[in-house]
Amino acid sequence: MALSFLLGSYFAWPSQVMNDVMEHFGGGTLSDPKLDAALFNIRIPRIITVVLVGMALSVAGASYQGMFKNPLVSPDILGASAGASFGACLALLMNLGNAFIQLFAFVFGLIAVGLVMLINRAVRGDALLGLILGGILVGTLFSSGTSIIKLVADADDKLPAITFWLMGSFAGAQSDDVPLLLIPMAIGFALVLWQSWNLNVMSFGEDEARSLGLNTSLTRALVILGATLLTASSIAVAGVIGWIGLVVPHLTRAIVGPNYTILLPTTMLTGAIFLLIVDNFARLVYSVEIPIGLLTSILGVPFFIFIYRRNLRGW
Amino acid sequence: MMKVTDMRTGYNRKEVVKGISFTVGQGSFTCIIGANGCGKTTALKGMLGLLPLFGGSVSVDGVDFVSAGSGAISAKERAKVLAYIPQTHSIPFPFLVSDVVLLGRTPHLKSSVSGVSEADMEAAYGALEQMRITSIAGEEYTALSGGQQQLVLIARALAQEPRILVMDEPTASLDFGNQQMVLERMRDLTDRGMAVVMVTHDPRHALACADEVIVMDDGVIVMRGSPDEIVTTEALGSIYGAQVCVSAVRLESGEDVRVVIPLSGRSASRGNSGRAVRQPKEN
Repeated sequence: MALSFLLGSYFAWPSQVMNDVMEHFGGGTLSDPKLDAALFNIRIPRIITVVLVGMALSVAGASYQGMFKNPLVSPDILGASAGASFGACLALLMNLGNAFIQLFAFVFGLIAVGLVMLINRAVRGDALLGLILGGILVGTLFSSGTSIIKLVADADDKLPAITFWLMGSFAGAQSDDVPLLLIPMAIGFALVLWQSWNLNVMSFGEDEARSLGLNTSLTRALVILGATLLTASSIAVAGVIGWIGLVVPHLTRAIVGPNYTILLPTTMLTGAIFLLIVDNFARLVYSVEIPIGLLTSILGVPFFIFIYRRNLRGW
Repeated sequence: MMKVTDMRTGYNRKEVVKGISFTVGQGSFTCIIGANGCGKTTALKGMLGLLPLFGGSVSVDGVDFVSAGSGAISAKERAKVLAYIPQTHSIPFPFLVSDVVLLGRTPHLKSSVSGVSEADMEAAYGALEQMRITSIAGEEYTALSGGQQQLVLIARALAQEPRILVMDEPTASLDFGNQQMVLERMRDLTDRGMAVVMVTHDPRHALACADEVIVMDDGVIVMRGSPDEIVTTEALGSIYGAQVCVSAVRLESGEDVRVVIPLSGRSASRGNSGRAVRQPKEN
């Protein structure tokens, strides 16, 4: 994290950063206004956003993996990602501002998961299977909607903006985003962490969890609500960032084991660090910023193979 | 102790168990046997409250535990009295044995965020000791043999501090040695006053352990009695449609025990009576 403060197109030594922070909060004259602007208008909001998104996607992925008893599940299994993408693309098509793009993405992410829950209730039967099938259906529906938007979007202006947004990026992170992000994320983190013991129980399946006195429907609803708030708000602010929610829980599980009371807090930490490192690469590797969604996918694949080989006995 | 009264249950409004009644006494070992699809597991799930009852009730010491209407106790309270041991199964994550057994304390936790107390740790350790598996407490559950996994699941159930253990074919995927080990430990538990209800597909387990055997067919109880009364050549032939011989054998200790000898599929040189026929020597 400390490196993230120093690195960027305007490089600063630790002493310069410390000086500027003291001057900024001390109320005195700024010796380097350009550095102050880079730190407080760009780097600090961006670092906070990256940390929050890294924590959120990792926790959401880890909680879904336990709930679905499946190590290959990621936060977008219930269509939150597809819904949020559709919402953002719709806002971009309608020429709405950044705030509305985030709002549309967040709301449509929630709508997508809400639809999955409705389908699951209507279908009845195996709750987990119903959710997965509902996720596939709703995900396909919203992905088709996104394709239609891309089809009708202006090829010179809106289509590149949509394509860039879908690849995920923290380039547009602003200090105004942080408070907006904090509210849904705080609720999401609280809900999921509250259910950490119950996620251990759920890992053994529906019948066993219920025989241990667990209200599995309530646990599922709380985990889905928490994970959806985390995923939808992450996508709203940063676009689609794949693989974090799949890879980071496995990496953390390899370090601390599968006990959710330890895994969830630790995965928040590893998720934040992982995404910060990737974001530093995205900012610095090339003269033009590389969309972070592309980098996480490129890095995620070999990383996943490495973890898979280490965890062949169990995930 | 536990009384099942005219219990009817099933899946998606389809009645599979069609009104069964029986009682389970303290320290007793009850085996439920029957052909595949007769409703054994469904009955078990009904007793545990995992399936809704269409009629009837399950009570323990006069308190409604599961019933078709309202008024039954909560799942959490039920889990403090009734514990469930499934077949060995695969789980996706390598939990430690100690963590698996601690999960048995779930119904006793004040809330899901309160964490486990010293008393919970002691109860879990006691359960490991009772199953004689403290030496594997730090090992990964997924790396254990089927028999050891089953002992861990029993220890988890014991950590619930229940009065009744309900088991669904706990030895189904175990080899012969592990089957004997699990049944032996179960019998130890009934000797200490715990009631056990076990669904099994193997009538030999009923002969070995049970105080009472219940035979189900098409969702109803068709026979009920002591193992000697129920596990007979005629009864097994009629329940499973299989050729078997139930015969008495005297052990070296002088004790008489009954054994089930499967006859179906044996070579033509052996008669249906179960006695071996000597082959004439060829020159």
